[in-house]
Parts: sequence; C-alpha cells; structure tokens
Amino acid sequence: MLEPQPVGIPVPNPSPASKPYWEGCARGELRYQRCDECGMIALRPATICGNCLSRSLSWARSSGRGSLYSWTVVWRPPRPSFTVPYAPAIVTLDEGFRMMSSIVGCEPDGLAADLPLTVEFHPASEDIFLPYFRPC
Amino acid sequence: MAHPYRDVVIAGVHNTAQARQLEGHDSESITFEAALGALADAGVRPSDVDAVIGAQAQELVLGLRLGPCTRLPWQLGIPIVLEGADLVASGRADVVLIAAGGASMYTDRSSTAPWTRPANEFVVGYGLFTAAEFALMARRHMVMHGTTSQQMATVAATIRNNGHVNPDAVYHGRGPFTTEDILASRMVADPFHLLDCAMTSEGGCAIVLATAERAADFPSPPVWILGGASDSYGPAYQIAPAWDLVGRSDVPAGYVGRTAARHAFTAAGLRPDDVDVAELYDPFSFEIIRQLEAFGFCADGEGGPFVEEGNIAPGGRIPVTTDGGTMSYSHAGINAQQLQRVTRGVEQLRGSCVTNQVENASVALCSNGGSGALFTDVLLLGTERP
Repeated sequence: MLEPQPVGIPVPNPSPASKPYWEGCARGELRYQRCDECGMIALRPATICGNCLSRSLSWARSSGRGSLYSWTVVWRPPRPSFTVPYAPAIVTLDEGFRMMSSIVGCEPDGLAADLPLTVEFHPASEDIFLPYFRPC
Repeated sequence: MAHPYRDVVIAGVHNTAQARQLEGHDSESITFEAALGALADAGVRPSDVDAVIGAQAQELVLGLRLGPCTRLPWQLGIPIVLEGADLVASGRADVVLIAAGGASMYTDRSSTAPWTRPANEFVVGYGLFTAAEFALMARRHMVMHGTTSQQMATVAATIRNNGHVNPDAVYHGRGPFTTEDILASRMVADPFHLLDCAMTSEGGCAIVLATAERAADFPSPPVWILGGASDSYGPAYQIAPAWDLVGRSDVPAGYVGRTAARHAFTAAGLRPDDVDVAELYDPFSFEIIRQLEAFGFCADGEGGPFVEEGNIAPGGRIPVTTDGGTMSYSHAGINAQQLQRVTRGVEQLRGSCVTNQVENASVALCSNGGSGALFTDVLLLGTERP
C-alpha cells in the first residue's frame, strides 16, 4: 500500500512568493494562483502573468479533485530517509492546472491514467504539510 | 550568406581514462588531464589558446598560464561547443579550449549522486530525482502510444552492448545483454529498471576548436559544425515535467529538442535521412525513443517499434550512441558525459573509432539533455566544409 512519507524527509523551504501556498496546505486547503486579467493559472508562484504580463494575480482555493496524468513508482530513493515504494505523480486538477504530488491509498499496480483523485494533507515537519492524492 | 561556421573546425578531442572511481583525482585534476590531451590531439600548445570554456576555466587559465585569455564559465556540453564556435566565427579567438571533468564528487553511496537530487520546494518532499522525473515523461508516452518496457529494454541492451565491446568503456566486458537481462534488473523508478538508467563514473573530456586556417596545419582531419541549437522549457526539477507543457509554440515539452533539431537541419541543409550516426544522450532508455521521434528519425509514437526493428543497432538504419554512452561508456557527473557525445561524433567522422565505426560516416547528429530536465541540445557535425 502506498503511504505518506514519515516526518524526517527533506522538507520544502518556502519562498516569500510561495508562502500563501504552504499556509493553505497547513490549513487543509490546496491553493493555486490565477491571473485576474486573463485567468491563466501560474505554473509556480509568480508576480507577473506569463500569458498577458498582468501584475494582478490572486490565490484561489482548488476543489482538490483531479485525475492522474503520469506517475512512477520509486524503489531506489534519492535519500535513505524516504520509505519505498512511493509514487510521485503529475495530477491534473479539475481547475485545469497540473502539479507534482505523490499518490497514497492504493497498491502500486492500481495506478492508471485518468484515475480520479482527491487531495489530502500530511505533515512533513512541524510547520510543513504536503499535499498528497488518493484515488476516489 | 556564408555558413556561420564555415571557418570553424573541431581540431582536437580527448577523453581521459574513465572509471567508476579514478584514484587520486578530483574534478580539477582530471579536467587538466583532458585539456592537455585535447591540445596534444590538435597539435597546439597552451600558449596558442585564446579562450577557455568550462566549469574549471579559471583554474585552467591560471594553471596552464593561459592569461590573458577569454574565459567563459558556462558548463553544459553542446551549448558551450556552440559558444566556442561563435568565438572563433566572430574572430574573438583563433583557438578555443573546452574542458570538463568529474571525480571525487559522488561519495555518499546511500544516496543517489548529488547532481540528481533537486532541492526545490515543490519537488523535494516527493522524493523526486532524475530517474523519477524522466520516468514521468516515459510513462506518459506509454499511456499515449502504448510504448512498452520491452522496447525501452531494447534500447538499453543495444547501447550497453556497444559499451560491452568498447575497451575504453567503464563497463567494457560486462555483457552481452539481452532485453530479458534489462527487464530482470531491479526496479529503480518504474518503468526504469537499473539497467535502463545511466551509471555514475569519473573522467574528463575536452575539445579544441580553431579557425580553418590554423587547423590546416593540424595533424587530424578537420570536423565541421554544420548546425546546432538548444531548446529549453524552463528550470529542471522544479515544476511537473508534463509531456504537454507548452510555451510559445505548439511543440510540447515532451518533444523538447524538436525545434533545435529543425534549426540545425535547416542550417546544415540536411534532413534526418542524411545522418549516418546519432550520438544521442542516453540518461535513460526511453530518452532514445523520444529523441528519435523529436528529431524526425521516425514518426511520433513510432519510436518504440522503430527501435524494436533493430534500426538503432550497429549496421542498422541509424546506429545510436556507439561507444556505450552514459549507460556503459561513462557518466562523470555534470558535463563531461555531455561533451562525450560530441567527441564520439568527431571520432566517427574521423573514422577513428576502435569499435562500432560506422563505415564512411560523413554526418553525425549529437544530442544532450533530456525531457525530464526540460532541455535538449542538438549538434550536427560533418566531414564536408559547410
């Protein structure tokens, strides 16, 4: 069964731009950043919209529902602090953006393209909660 | 208009000994060994060098008493060959030394190699590393086109067998490999088994570029740069490496390198059919299938069947990575193994390969990078002056 990583793995170091994202994760909210002018969703926290060059971007709350775009199952981790197997994945959210995450709550051979998923959050340290996705 | 590199020649190439570990060397010392070898191959003295490019450029300027000298600190393979060619073509240098090496960098074997582990906040907690990032691209291709692990294993077996017969390869004599051997090796990041992945090793590589006029007196036959370009879709290992990521054109990130290849072929006045040998960068088996499609050697989605039909093997339509590449020849960290696609291309065109020489090779395509890292560079080399 694929499970969240225990506390002790390397944790993200938020930047000023990404702070709202990680604050959302700690409150159980998956947030994304969208341009107020053209509606384009930023690929990562930004100050300028890459599509229309507007400087007006706002954070929105995602439904946390999406589907599996691509995945891998890792058996040789980059650092010994990771427990294998685990399944890094690209998730397509219903709002139309893609993000990196990891799948939990199923067997590795249960992973398939377009599998419906829903977000859940697990602690990686005292302050940082990581979004994971579970089949639904 | 005259070709931009009409007066630029690849005049010298050299690879040091390559090994899992090179006793007594660090990255600087092995880079010096590579530099001296390439200068000797070109038949020039250090005092002839007008410009140095590479991570150790400052150390080379000081250690070989090259100053005053142009120094470019940039690190990656084909782009720095093109930078060097631009220095020569623009008259800013007559002789350019490009050198790279890696040793004593990978010591903690409980982790993967240090250059494979990204620290970015959006990937670090998910245990991503190079193999996993590239696996995400491979998996998407499997979903879209039905590409199989067997087809990827065919690539790995072909390239590893090229290294098996190459006495200079780190894994010389380790084969021969069948596709079944590849599939039986332990899983690293599904769909990549251990033998689908590059190895880690140590070694150096250097290249000397010169004006055609200077090179006329040099001992080795000249090799010419027919075209080259680089594609990037952004920083590696920070955002999801989605096949369908696009920027200003409709070419997806999955085919990163396609635009660069088109540029290179246009500059050369050639087509994929004109290429005799492809020294493709092979960090993972799938990357060869992807690059064959991206560069136009076969149609989109047909890379798997193309390799299964034996087209990339020695004697096939387009022999690929003929020295064993990063899977078997060497993979010394950041840059040396990228430059080694170029040096192997040069050796093929000189007709000097000890193993897997492609008979009468006159055009070689070399590549660097890969889809999981969101960049790919392409270089076309030839025996005829452009």
